[in-house]
Amino acid sequence: MKLELQGITKVFGPLVANDHIDLVVEPGEIHALLGENGAGKSTLMNVLYGLYDPDDGQILLDGQPVRFKGPGDAVAAGIGMVHQHFMLVPVFTVAESVALGYEPTGAAGVLKLDEARRRVTEISDRFGFHVDPDALIEDLPVGVQQRVEIIKALSRDAKVLILDEPTAVLTPQETDELIGIMGELKESGTSIVFITHKLREVRAIADRITVIRRGKVVGEASPTSTETELASLMVGRSVNLSVEKAPAEPGVAAFQVEGLSVIAPNGTLLVDNLTFDVRGGEILCVAGVQGNGQTELAEVILGLEEADAGRLTLDGTDLLARSVKQRLRAGIGFVPEDRSTDGVVASFSIAENLILDLYDTEPFARGISLSPAKVAANAERRTEEFDVRYTSVHDPISTLSGGNAQKVVLAREMSRPLRLLVASQPTRGLDVGSIEFVHKRIVAERDNGTPVLIVSTELDEVLNLADRIAVMYRGRIVGIVDVAEENAQAGGVSRDMLGLMMAGVPMDEARAQAAEHRSVLGQADLDGDGIPDAAPEAPTAVSTEATTTPTPTTERQDS
Amino acid sequence: MSAATVPHARDVDAPTTARPKVSVKTPVVYALAALVTLALLLPGVGADESTTFQFSAGAEWFSLPNLTVPALMTLVVLTVVMAAAAAWAFVLVRQRRHAPPWLHVVVGLAFVLAFLTYAGAGKTSVIPMVSLLAGALALSVPLVFGALSGVICERSGIINIAIEGQLLFGAFAAAVTASALGSGYWGLIAAPVAGALVGALLAWFAVSYQVNQIIVGVVLNTLILGLTGFLFATVLSDNKALWNTRMPLPRLRIPVLAEIPVLGPVLFNQTVLIYLMYVIVVVLNVMLFRSRWGLRTRAVGEHPKAADTVGIKVNVRRVWNTILGGAVAGLGGAFFTVGSGLAFGREMSAGTGFIALAAMILGKWNPYGAVAAALLFGFSKNLGNVLSTIGSGVPSELLLMLPYLITIFAVAGFVGRVRPPAAEGIPYTKS
Repeated sequence: MKLELQGITKVFGPLVANDHIDLVVEPGEIHALLGENGAGKSTLMNVLYGLYDPDDGQILLDGQPVRFKGPGDAVAAGIGMVHQHFMLVPVFTVAESVALGYEPTGAAGVLKLDEARRRVTEISDRFGFHVDPDALIEDLPVGVQQRVEIIKALSRDAKVLILDEPTAVLTPQETDELIGIMGELKESGTSIVFITHKLREVRAIADRITVIRRGKVVGEASPTSTETELASLMVGRSVNLSVEKAPAEPGVAAFQVEGLSVIAPNGTLLVDNLTFDVRGGEILCVAGVQGNGQTELAEVILGLEEADAGRLTLDGTDLLARSVKQRLRAGIGFVPEDRSTDGVVASFSIAENLILDLYDTEPFARGISLSPAKVAANAERRTEEFDVRYTSVHDPISTLSGGNAQKVVLAREMSRPLRLLVASQPTRGLDVGSIEFVHKRIVAERDNGTPVLIVSTELDEVLNLADRIAVMYRGRIVGIVDVAEENAQAGGVSRDMLGLMMAGVPMDEARAQAAEHRSVLGQADLDGDGIPDAAPEAPTAVSTEATTTPTPTTERQDS
Repeated sequence: MSAATVPHARDVDAPTTARPKVSVKTPVVYALAALVTLALLLPGVGADESTTFQFSAGAEWFSLPNLTVPALMTLVVLTVVMAAAAAWAFVLVRQRRHAPPWLHVVVGLAFVLAFLTYAGAGKTSVIPMVSLLAGALALSVPLVFGALSGVICERSGIINIAIEGQLLFGAFAAAVTASALGSGYWGLIAAPVAGALVGALLAWFAVSYQVNQIIVGVVLNTLILGLTGFLFATVLSDNKALWNTRMPLPRLRIPVLAEIPVLGPVLFNQTVLIYLMYVIVVVLNVMLFRSRWGLRTRAVGEHPKAADTVGIKVNVRRVWNTILGGAVAGLGGAFFTVGSGLAFGREMSAGTGFIALAAMILGKWNPYGAVAAALLFGFSKNLGNVLSTIGSGVPSELLLMLPYLITIFAVAGFVGRVRPPAAEGIPYTKS
């Protein structure tokens, strides 16, 4: 089925999310839609799927104009969608999830669950998905949940399958399997629209690439374009994809974790007997697929989560016996994973958000009253230093873009003299310009001699920042990779090796397997002219202006 | 490079034995039960006193004989049982383990038996087990209907605090209609209509205007309370014979089944309202987990956006479920008037709707669980009634508190980790 979008426009208040977008997807092709977070890709696809009503433009299927009043119409017309945040009910079984909305029923609307199960098994067998129809969704790993979503779409005879950021939650190996599945679907005649902001994947998978920036189509590219070309098309200026950083000069092991365990109320071990340390002046990145205990590890360090066993020591003092406030006073800087819920108070002003941790201390507090002038002066100074773009420091922080809000969080956390910096997903949902800035500040903090612990699920970020990489799987550290050693001995950290470790394969075994068998993306790295995986000794030249480029004002807030 | 050269890499195959901490609530509650028996009940019975339990209602084909036990001995044995359970639960807590669910039942039964033994000790009157259970069932009827109404609404994502108002309006409508038309059965038609009306109001405000559902519910309760109170004081009092005559539903004795010892007369010598309840409980449980309606209802209550993406109309489903839930609660309200053979009185639901909500939570949003919880509350209420007629030493005001005390302890203590429908109380909008 040939899909055409003509002049699609969608406006949210003052924001033009989609501005006269044209897109043609030929039958049986994998068409990548490339753009930064907030460029309008997901909005466009939600219009196509009938979730949003476009303000202008039309959708053509095989040349015939169609109008979708809701997702039901889109599904009936042969459009299937796998959302970035899966549309699966956690407490349902796989068969129930696939049946929902199209239930095979007998008398009195009683479900024929056997038929629903058969549907799942049939599609699962055809593509080798290995999905158990009776498993509960919440018990399945995200990679399998994604297959359930694909089964859902295929069971409704989808001719066009939209995959919205499908690799965001997958390990490199799962990504590899997904690429294989996409190839098979293409063979069977299904068109695929593949939404992403990851350049490597686009080059490895897509037949054609359409690039979107600030709600507009800015060009088409072929998969043979280099990553740098794609990146500059996507961002609108030349970008530097790797971080400039000098070799680490680690000091003493200032922050020590010994036998740390965190147990969920239901008895699951979330953090399982962790022992590691972070030395002053180095960045330790905790890598791993979301949900393998990293969140809990970060929270237990600040005291948001209670440890059930183990010890945490910072510069010789025991942290676990202390309250969150005492730990902050002891010099821990904490950048939470979810900026909008844990990082800022959305309805507070920028100035107020900048003193959330210091509101009761001099000079901001005098006895029981706040000193607004001091608070405002502090805000002017911090926003200047951290390049936050705003109208007034008294505006609610919810008026800022994601990148600027994150800079406020960093400005607050780095305004105290730090003895440990813990940052979870510091660049999630940010535009490229902000990512560059945040990475630079983190490296600068390291160079001050502060021990830095970064939790990230993005391999690119891990490889860019880390001096050592601790890979977590099911609450345990699978292994700690020393980047400098790996560079010296193997010529760089292998993504495939990290990927295997993220799936629980021990380090040495992972190294051996990765050397023998390269994944599709790993192979593409070798074939192509993309940036080297990790080469901190050989930083690419970077223009300093790049980091101070204003954040686009049309960037959408991440909510 | 081997793992040994990497600083602080640890052996990933070494599992830990740490377990999460377990609260000491359970052994403490057990120990309290044993202590109360030991300190308050034991001193109250004489050494030669005995208690008689009666197991027959007198009309069955086979009746069980009365059972007479020595009171002091029984209390000592039951205290030992509870103390042993407390000790064992405490050992389990030290090992970070949970007490098995059947232990709750054992301790609960032991405490109730101890209380009954104490109350009947040295009295010539017997403890009437059949009427104790039959009364418990009857008192739990509005709770069961109310809790099921809560399940229907909340599974679709609407919090129904208005159960109280729906029960009261159902009671009112049943009384007035039955009285005006001359038969209790008309009440069974009017009551669900009245409840559905309140449900429709709730749905209208909660879905169309996205008003906070708890606030709308409380306001509706107050509205119904005022409205029925006003009509009671004016219209119903002016012409009592026409509008508010007692119209009891007749008891229907089901042949054969009613002859089963103890349970027969309890379950199968009741009014049609209670037989309807049996049917609704079973049908609702099947429909909720095994039908298209149930699957969609649960999807809408757990993840409305996922339901929307497969073409299910989230808000339409919620509106209909809220109306249906209102109808079920309204039908339960009929119990207060035609179901128990009374005329309508002001505020006669007396907080039952809120206890029904507690039953729904205690039952973990499942129909069967909600029924079990409702029966527990009904039993505790009737226990108070029966004990005050036998004439125990406990003041009747304290006994009237019993169901509410049990509600608080049950909801706070024994529930453990309950998981309400994820999207409960959150209005759904497309974008």
